[in-house]
Amino acid sequence: MTTSRTSQIPAFTSLLGGAAGPPAPQDQPDQAVVADLHLDQIVQAVAGHREEAELISGLLYQQVRDVEIVRYRHEVFRDLQDPGLFQVAVRFAEQMREARDHLSQLAEMRSQQQREGWFLDAASIYCDAVRTLSADLAGWPVSSRGLLTFRHYLAGYVGSPGFGRLARDTADRKADLAGLTYQVRIKGLRVEVTRYDGVPDYSKEIEQTFERFQQGAVKDYLVKYRSWPGMNHVGAQIVDFVARLFPEEFGRLDAYCREHAGFIDDSIRQFDRELQFYLAYLDYIRPIAAAGLAFCYPELSADSKQIAASDTFDLALAAKLTARSDPVVTNDLELSGSERVIVVSGPNQGGKTTFARTFGQLHQLACTGCPVPGSSARLFVYDQIFTHFEREEDLADLAGKLESDLVRIQKALLAATKDSIVIMNEIFTSTTVSDARFLGEQVLAKVIELDLLCVYVTFIDELASLGPTVVSMTSTIVPENPAERTYKVVRRPADGLAYALAIARRNRVTYEQLTQRLADQARPSR
Amino acid sequence: MKAHLLYAGRDFDFAAELPANHADLIQDLELGTVLQTMAARDKFLLDISTRVMLASLDDPDDIRYRQQILADCIAEPEIIRQMYGIALGALQDKRGVWGYWASQRPTGILSGAVGQLEVLVVRLRELRQLADDQAGKFRSAGLVTLLQSLQRDLDDEYLDTVSSHLRQLRFRGGELISARLGRDNSGIDFVLRSGITRRGWKERVGIEPRSVYSFSIAPRDDAGAQALEAIADRGINLVANAAAQSADHVSSYFTMLRAELGFYVGCLNLHAALAARNQPLTFPVVEPASPPTFSCADLRDASLALRTDRVVGNDVDADGKSLVVITGANSGGKSTFLRSAGLAQLMMQCGMFVTASAVRASVCRQVFTHFIREEDPNMVSGRLDEELKRMSAIADQIGPGSLILFNESFAATNEREGSEIARQVVRALLEAGMKVFFVTHQFDFADSFRRQRPGDALFLRAPRQPDGRRTFKLEVADPLPTSYGQDIYYRIGGWLPDRDGIRPAEAD
Repeated sequence: MTTSRTSQIPAFTSLLGGAAGPPAPQDQPDQAVVADLHLDQIVQAVAGHREEAELISGLLYQQVRDVEIVRYRHEVFRDLQDPGLFQVAVRFAEQMREARDHLSQLAEMRSQQQREGWFLDAASIYCDAVRTLSADLAGWPVSSRGLLTFRHYLAGYVGSPGFGRLARDTADRKADLAGLTYQVRIKGLRVEVTRYDGVPDYSKEIEQTFERFQQGAVKDYLVKYRSWPGMNHVGAQIVDFVARLFPEEFGRLDAYCREHAGFIDDSIRQFDRELQFYLAYLDYIRPIAAAGLAFCYPELSADSKQIAASDTFDLALAAKLTARSDPVVTNDLELSGSERVIVVSGPNQGGKTTFARTFGQLHQLACTGCPVPGSSARLFVYDQIFTHFEREEDLADLAGKLESDLVRIQKALLAATKDSIVIMNEIFTSTTVSDARFLGEQVLAKVIELDLLCVYVTFIDELASLGPTVVSMTSTIVPENPAERTYKVVRRPADGLAYALAIARRNRVTYEQLTQRLADQARPSR
Repeated sequence: MKAHLLYAGRDFDFAAELPANHADLIQDLELGTVLQTMAARDKFLLDISTRVMLASLDDPDDIRYRQQILADCIAEPEIIRQMYGIALGALQDKRGVWGYWASQRPTGILSGAVGQLEVLVVRLRELRQLADDQAGKFRSAGLVTLLQSLQRDLDDEYLDTVSSHLRQLRFRGGELISARLGRDNSGIDFVLRSGITRRGWKERVGIEPRSVYSFSIAPRDDAGAQALEAIADRGINLVANAAAQSADHVSSYFTMLRAELGFYVGCLNLHAALAARNQPLTFPVVEPASPPTFSCADLRDASLALRTDRVVGNDVDADGKSLVVITGANSGGKSTFLRSAGLAQLMMQCGMFVTASAVRASVCRQVFTHFIREEDPNMVSGRLDEELKRMSAIADQIGPGSLILFNESFAATNEREGSEIARQVVRALLEAGMKVFFVTHQFDFADSFRRQRPGDALFLRAPRQPDGRRTFKLEVADPLPTSYGQDIYYRIGGWLPDRDGIRPAEAD
């Protein structure tokens, strides 16, 4: 790229800390884990439709194991949490996106005149974006290493002669083109293009000519025209002729495009791309934080498995609940000493699965350098997360559900190291209680042997008391109304309560209720 | 003019909502494979096949009407495909002429309408020719009537009248329009100027030859014509209504014909695919809703048969039974049988053949499925609650005489409670006149029905061979109080390679 960068502009490397560029694929978690933990929902909501979706999802799925890089990102996040600066960044990002959209469309434009017009427009947007950001940033108290370095760089760039020439030429060419008017004459498939020669508006004449045919009120077939939808080959042909009719203006435009090709500065482009990661995540958590939920910058340790988190929650779920103003229940968790395994039991629909997901999400998000759900968190720098949530029965796998469950677990346990995390959610439901208990005991024995951090959700109470490294947590109920759940998962012994029939009653499918409903159903229809 | 190939004397309502449980049916019965095979990568056929298949008939006469047409189709597949090709061709030709219809430009509407009518008339002539040539080949009431109506309503005199009208509708004017340059240098601010072919204007431009540049659009360049019309259209409106509406009527006939034939083309595709895999194919014998009838010989899961060669057929006689409970070994073919029964019922009730050497079944009002599911992706509720919600939704839709298939339902809690819920649900359904198939590993539940309802319940079991392997073929047998998770665990070798602590001897 031919940029107008001069040697005295200070250097800028990356807003992400460490080496620039997208994360390597080996740093990405397994797809099943992503789905089980609803990381895909988070990533989809954060990155979704954004232009840099690929980079953002890559970063959100990444596992940075360098605590220093995590800290570098925390600083940038802290700066951008200032709403004013956030707005400045968003405005800049929008303009840059528009400019880049323009440029990316050039390749599809077959008309030279269209390309050049669109290129000019892109440059115009870019100049405005850069100048505005530079002015805004100059007056802002930032403290992160990432933004301080960039601000310094940007000031140098805007003051450089190269940028000054770009801005001036852009304004001149815009003014040239705005002054031109031409006309086309269409007869059948033949088109003539001339300079506009002052012939009057024809529509009035036509209206008068056909007025006599009007027969009163009819359905309105007048077509509503919106803005001109881009350029096709006919438009291209026409504008090509317009360029010949106005050779001076278009000659200057052509020279301009040659001189300023590749006008976007590499470092600014990179800053803009990497900025998306921060903006997207902050955008995502803003409404959640506004609903009163806490986010914190977790403390990470590669050595200690004594983890803890307060007031934490399932981020994907919280995003949905806060969107419709529903309350979100938060949980605390802590493993101290030799404790490694949390066995979660208790009433169904009590938040057990959500708790398991929260545990996994917390660890994954912490390793991206993003703020995580909770008022405080101390987390472990793991090497891999393994999950096993109940799958839908897949006919393609003729080995049967239970066997495929076991094979998958076997694979996970073989691949796990002492730094891995295992999260299992109500597996073995397709077999008998005694089978489920037997298999659950086998899994946990292996987990304990490997000294893994583990969350194991089950309805087999006995698994909660397998030894000193196992902590029992249970979902809880409202004592007065067993069908009502608190969604709170707390540390306490498994109590053997399951309230399945209460839930059946609430869904009106007990024998009496169902019989009544089916009778009502039959009456009106036949 | 009507097609009337899906009902005697009326149209199929392709715009009707799919039944509320359609997503469950497609997912649970693996209908996707069957529908994809019918579609043969054609989105339209996929949509048609889905709609017809899910809109179950429950009148045996309606079913037989389609069975007879389909039998004709299977006997003369080429004629049916040719007829479908004509209808499809008509609609494709129409689209070829007609790309700018959607943009709603007045000159486009006019020239498009004329162009469309021209190509549609060609196809109408082809259809008439086919009717003339093939009239004697069919026996089914539906196809015989259709061909007769083509010969009657599309006679020569009528077709000639239409063509002469079309010739008169072709004309074009000329317009002068001013414009300015937009952000990408394309035209904006178009204003129609007076001066169509005025001599004075021509003379003026003739004086300055270098100030005029001209070009022409190629005659088949639809996009180019569209672009010109977009520029020229401003002053032209409300000219082309009658032609456009006539074109709509003709193409809607082809649309209906294509859609109704499309179902049979889909059936032919499926028939060919299954025949190529040597699957037994037969038209089921349709019985009235009562008494409950279901018997089959070598019944196979059509969907599975399309994906694998390892398909086992089942012979079941459940005549007079309202409840069929399937228990036994995991990986033993329970779900496959359940799907094969549901699929056969659906295939029968859309007028199709089934994959079996024989099936006799009573019609049911609707088929419902309640299968074990992955965790609710919306996380609103826990698993058991989600299962019960689905049960509740079924209760909202189900009418008497429906068939409901359960697969490992209510297993998201412990066996004692799961069995109790299942017992209550099934009892209520049976008493309300439903037919129930239930795959379960919950011995407690299965056994209680064995003890309470020996007369109207049938118990099937997926057996385990003495060597521990499974045959996939179900047998009539009472439920057993064991399952086989431990077997599998030891067979795959536990959590290899550290086998200590998990040997069979120590597991007990």
